[in-house]
Amino acid sequence: MKIDLTDTTASKINKALVQGRRAIGTPAVGMVLTLVIVTDEENAYDALKAANDASREHPSRTLVVIRRVSRTPRDRTSSRLDAEVRVGADAGTGETVVLRLYGEVSDHAQSVVLPLLLPDAPVVVWWPVGAPRDPAKDPLGALGQRRVTDSYSTEKPIDELRARADSYEPGDTDLAWARITPWRSVLAAALDQVRCEVISAEVTGEEFNPSVELLAMWLADRLHVHVRRGVSSGPGLTELRLETTCGPIALHRPDGAMATLAVQGQPDRAVALKRRETSELLAEELRRLDPDDTYASALRFGVDRLGGGTPSMPTVPAPASPALSGVADVAAPDVSDSVSSARAAVPALPPAPPSSSGDGDRPSPAQMPPVKKAAAP
Amino acid sequence: MAPLSGTGANPLRDPADRRLPRIAGPSGLVIFGVTGDLSRKKLMPAVYDLANRGLLPPGFSLVGFARREWAHEDFAQEVHDAVKEHARTPFREEVWQQLIQGMRFVQGTFDDDDSFERLRETIGELDKAQGTGGNFAFYLSVPPSAFPVVIKQLKKHGLADQTSDSWRRAVIEKPFGHDLKSAEELNAIVHEVFAPDQVFRIDHYLGKETVQNILALRFANQMFEPIWNRSFVDHVQITMAEDIGIGGRAGYYDGIGAARDVIQNHLLQLMALTAMEEPASFDADALAAEKTKVLGAVRLPKDLGRDTVRGQYAAGWQGGEKVIGYLEEDGIDRQSKTDTYAAIKVEVDNRRWAGVPFYLRTGKRLGRRVTEIAVVFQRAPHSPFDTTATEELGQNAVVIRVQPDEGVTVRFGSKVPGTSMEIRDVSMDFAYGESFTESSPEAYERLILDVLLGDSNLFPRTEEVELSWEILDPIEEYWDKHGKPAQYPAGTWGPVEADQMLQREGRSWRRP
Repeated sequence: MKIDLTDTTASKINKALVQGRRAIGTPAVGMVLTLVIVTDEENAYDALKAANDASREHPSRTLVVIRRVSRTPRDRTSSRLDAEVRVGADAGTGETVVLRLYGEVSDHAQSVVLPLLLPDAPVVVWWPVGAPRDPAKDPLGALGQRRVTDSYSTEKPIDELRARADSYEPGDTDLAWARITPWRSVLAAALDQVRCEVISAEVTGEEFNPSVELLAMWLADRLHVHVRRGVSSGPGLTELRLETTCGPIALHRPDGAMATLAVQGQPDRAVALKRRETSELLAEELRRLDPDDTYASALRFGVDRLGGGTPSMPTVPAPASPALSGVADVAAPDVSDSVSSARAAVPALPPAPPSSSGDGDRPSPAQMPPVKKAAAP
Repeated sequence: MAPLSGTGANPLRDPADRRLPRIAGPSGLVIFGVTGDLSRKKLMPAVYDLANRGLLPPGFSLVGFARREWAHEDFAQEVHDAVKEHARTPFREEVWQQLIQGMRFVQGTFDDDDSFERLRETIGELDKAQGTGGNFAFYLSVPPSAFPVVIKQLKKHGLADQTSDSWRRAVIEKPFGHDLKSAEELNAIVHEVFAPDQVFRIDHYLGKETVQNILALRFANQMFEPIWNRSFVDHVQITMAEDIGIGGRAGYYDGIGAARDVIQNHLLQLMALTAMEEPASFDADALAAEKTKVLGAVRLPKDLGRDTVRGQYAAGWQGGEKVIGYLEEDGIDRQSKTDTYAAIKVEVDNRRWAGVPFYLRTGKRLGRRVTEIAVVFQRAPHSPFDTTATEELGQNAVVIRVQPDEGVTVRFGSKVPGTSMEIRDVSMDFAYGESFTESSPEAYERLILDVLLGDSNLFPRTEEVELSWEILDPIEEYWDKHGKPAQYPAGTWGPVEADQMLQREGRSWRRP
């Protein structure tokens, strides 16, 4: 069932949701979370489709926030909110509200979203594209316990990773990190079986794929060894090699589906490692809503400390801390016109304050020691 | 390169890293009786689902052992068909390709030495080709009579010998004997060959999410445990009902009956989890200790004739289908006294439960297929409302729905909207299907993975099995000597005698 509301308010949307549920005969459903998707018109369809698929695992209320581009000064001063309320079969297993914001209200999206959040349930904010520099400080991001970005969908993933490390707050996470979970599991399981020390590592994958860097940083952070980042033509991650005191351990996946695990002294074994759909990644993301310390630790290791494909900067790299804010704008994910203009119009989200502000006082990722965890054995 | 015993030394493992699943180490599974129903409908799909979820080690091997004249390819085809038909997760070619490399079939009978020798060679070959490292679990999906033979063959051919850096495990299915004596004999045979901690007894109920949730519900929450005792609980009903008859299992079922088939294992395990004290930790030893304590405290009613009921289904209509009675089934003796329905009352003699009856019932050809645990609370000691207002108010209850439609229901009274004060029972429902973040894995998936990981939390131990027989044996002996089963029409909720058994105490069975 679908209810269209033009030039509306949050309370009318709430009323429409109740009405919609009554009409299809399910006055209460056990939804476990609110998922806020912040996107542009161009990416809204795919994002919503992925969210609906994921909702089979996680019944949720999905709020899609679409900021419409204002192309004239007059448009920018007027303001309008349109909503499309979907319940029942049209909305996966939960409810969906697509919110279209025109003009001034698009700067105050949080005022529309806040009344529509489910009571007492966690909130996850997901930016399929165009995530803010500092997700936790973003007015919408601040509503969520969990903020999901996707550095894969940005123009300059490396810069993006630097910015993520710089602005990291517990609850931040990235789909590029979720993409490598299967690789990490196979690798951890392979190391369970050998009693040797890792000397060095190399991770190879396509250029402009931050998952490769994340995997490399995770390895460097956990193993305290030098990790090289190699470049191949993909798809995605293609090879991972650990040099150990008892010979190499290699995981090789040339075709994006089947991998071969080769361990010295053991027969080669096939491992299914298919690249996953966005909906599966999102479902994994929603499975745990507590802060991902492992991600934080890997991220903070610092992309500049990796060797190989990326420019190697052993200590304090020039473009690191003070320049970060400057780099920020250059790196702003510029996926479509609508996003950048919408972002430019958000006063609550200034193009990162000058380096004297709070962020500038933080050590750069490269200076940060790897996070020590109390629970670590 | 010896496998590490724990995971502590692996720098890539971190307890805070909750995304990384527990993956079993290099290993293989040998299934005896691989052509059977259980294997096709449950085991093979579970192995595939595990592989699909990335929980099986690279190189995992599956060996089938059966009498049929199959080549490895025929076996793979059989698994393929079973997986396509019964697996929970979608079929993926690359996962299948990973699995198929480790599939082998060994043709032979249980008393044939040559075939066990071939099995040994196959395992050796897999260690070389697939890197299984000598770690194998033997799943005995075979009739009880074949048990001792297979176990002895495994010993004779050195298949049960584990070295310091590899393991051999035995997985056995119920029935674990048919009374205390036979259970002890069986345990003796198995333990002679496999060490006690390498024997995994499958009670698939314990692998179900809902059953594990009993512990979460009770011990992770504050709102249930304070009233989970004799001061507030009136009685507990544990039901496992099936709508099917005995089907083709006449040979196995006749002489065993519902009580031995279900109460002895599933229902007493469910009861133990419902009634036990909080374990010191969630490890296998602590859990087993608490379950054993409760089972040891179970006291049977003095008058077994009065507080136990058995029945046999008679011809009738079951869900719109005309069905025959138990005594008319193929291969059943017309004079058979085997119970297809059993209801018993037991009490738990400890401070928490003294005086609270636990009613356990199970049966075939009942109204519908359902398993549930209902904890029924006492009525409010005083009601400010007059009796007409509360006429339709029943007792509060917490119902744990084990299957199907897994979830928890809380039943309590609520005012009916309107101007007069009228209070009626309403249900508050939690359903797994609608509020969970992960689709529930099948019980066998969890249990097979636990076997490969060597995690024995969810497997009943020898003592538990023997204690359960100690509870049931006197009842079976009494039934042997007195009377015969009551008849109940198929498709109903059991014999009237069972209703009377509760009525005498002012209670009634829930309609599940």
